[in-house]
Amino acid sequence: MSAITVEEAEAIRPAQARMSPPSRFGDKAFYWLTLSMAFVVVLLVILIGWELGQGSWQAVQKFGFRFLTASTWDPVAEEFGALPFIYGTAISSLVALLIAVPLSIATAVYLTELAPLWIRQPIVSLIEMLAAIPSVILGLWGIFVMIPWLRDHPFPFLERVLGWTPFFKGPIYGPCMLAGGIIVAIMILPIITSVSREILRSVPDLQREAAYALGATRWEVTRIAVLSYARKGLFGAVILGLGRALGETMAVTMVIGNTPQIAASLFKPGYTLASVIANEFTEATSDMYLQALFEIGLVLFGVTILVNLLAQLLLKTITGGAAPDRVQ
Amino acid sequence: MPIPRKDHHSWRKFKSAFISGLTFCSAVLVIAPLALVFLHVLKSGVGAINLEFFTHLPKPVGMAGGGMANAIVGTLELLALASVIGIPVGVLGGVFLAEYGTARVNAVLRFIADVLNGVPSIIWGVVVYGLIVLRFKSFSAYAGGLALALIMIPLILRTTEEVILLVPVGYREAALALGIARWKTIIQIVVKTASRGIITGILLALARVGGETAPLLFTAFGNRFWNHDLSEPIAALPLQIFTYAISPYDDWHRQAWAGALILVTGVFCVNVLVRIVTRVRTASA
Repeated sequence: MSAITVEEAEAIRPAQARMSPPSRFGDKAFYWLTLSMAFVVVLLVILIGWELGQGSWQAVQKFGFRFLTASTWDPVAEEFGALPFIYGTAISSLVALLIAVPLSIATAVYLTELAPLWIRQPIVSLIEMLAAIPSVILGLWGIFVMIPWLRDHPFPFLERVLGWTPFFKGPIYGPCMLAGGIIVAIMILPIITSVSREILRSVPDLQREAAYALGATRWEVTRIAVLSYARKGLFGAVILGLGRALGETMAVTMVIGNTPQIAASLFKPGYTLASVIANEFTEATSDMYLQALFEIGLVLFGVTILVNLLAQLLLKTITGGAAPDRVQ
Repeated sequence: MPIPRKDHHSWRKFKSAFISGLTFCSAVLVIAPLALVFLHVLKSGVGAINLEFFTHLPKPVGMAGGGMANAIVGTLELLALASVIGIPVGVLGGVFLAEYGTARVNAVLRFIADVLNGVPSIIWGVVVYGLIVLRFKSFSAYAGGLALALIMIPLILRTTEEVILLVPVGYREAALALGIARWKTIIQIVVKTASRGIITGILLALARVGGETAPLLFTAFGNRFWNHDLSEPIAALPLQIFTYAISPYDDWHRQAWAGALILVTGVFCVNVLVRIVTRVRTASA
């Protein structure tokens, strides 16, 4: 019996089998398409850096380091120093954190450790829903409801009790640094709460069970087994909140008073980096004015990027890289 | 010594209960201001809203009435423009992360996307101003739509990736074993299975950027009249609310509250819808 040659085998093979293998074109094209779309995020970072750098180049050259330390903001004389805005951003964010951090971490503890089970999900949903209120609407409420109330009740009280310190010295105008800090606090409460909650939920139950087995009360379990375990992640949540606070724009612009000054009293109006861009960008008449505003943007971008990098690094070690930003 | 130990125990129990109470109060304080805002918008908005609000243009100062019809339509147009760019980029990018990327590349891309989500929205406005408005020498609906799209991309990318990863590997293996090309498997089996989650992510992203004001201030700019040319400035609901809120006129303040009611209603409807959809899914799963 003679073996069939390759030619003979080709000849007797059914027609279908002679088809060329399926084209890989579709797979390749789809791969490169999705790859390029995924790398758009890298492109976006470069785009932000490029546009802000290009837009502010002359101002960076002209003012140099002085831009960050000078406190004159005079568009007519073309003298630009960002210190009052840096100060305003720092103080309003600090006030916001002082108010928001204890409240939101306590709420996260309540929602993961102490609250009755049936009440947890409704409260979580409620907080997430309320977090969706746009910033401009919070600002609207701030102007017409919050500021009049603060001016009539808590502010005079604060002035009476703490007026001897430089921080609460009158007169009370209404729009001021403290009002700005409070509105930012309201804006960042939901995000710190929900990220902290994720962190606390990721604490293994074994931790809790061990503490319960030792006879600890509910709060002792939380303190010993949960909070100490989650400390780093909670710090990450706070830093993430700080990132949001620094960049918060509309609501702050509407209540902070928009006056570029550095004053110790929280009852004095202030100005933030984000607010000055929002208010003056379309009014920038000269090139250098616009350049200076671009540079303000560059400063704000640089600071928020650093803060967010830190937050993501802190959170990543805890949640294994899960998206910490669930609040919309 | 049983007595002191017992005392100590009840003190500890008391402390635990006390702190539970304290954290409960914190929860109330977190919800309270946001709930107050919502209730106030509802109260002031309902009083100021009428049919004219939906059908008329803004009136000049001093004239009663008028509406925000152009701003409502403008916001919808901006969202449509943002969707055209933001949805394909975000969804396909998310598909890459979930289906193709290697662990290290994914970690980097995810990290960048998370950091981008933290970029203040006003920065996006400045960037698009430099990119589009300065180049074409005009504020435009295109610029506004692009600014919103850039905010949407990292949001959609992350949610898409997360829901696609939930699709069981067996689905992919079954399809590939039938000889279906990988890209068809991904589109017709994987993405289709995850479509509800992907749409949820898209809706949440739209609800988020629909309320954004800062990135529109110097891109879309706002417009008091109807505009059907997308290369011209266009009105948007959040912008109109902002302009009216900081104006000194009572009439305009009332209009701002009415606008706020519309905006909040829209954002809340999307959020409630999404919650219902996801609850149905988890209940049936």
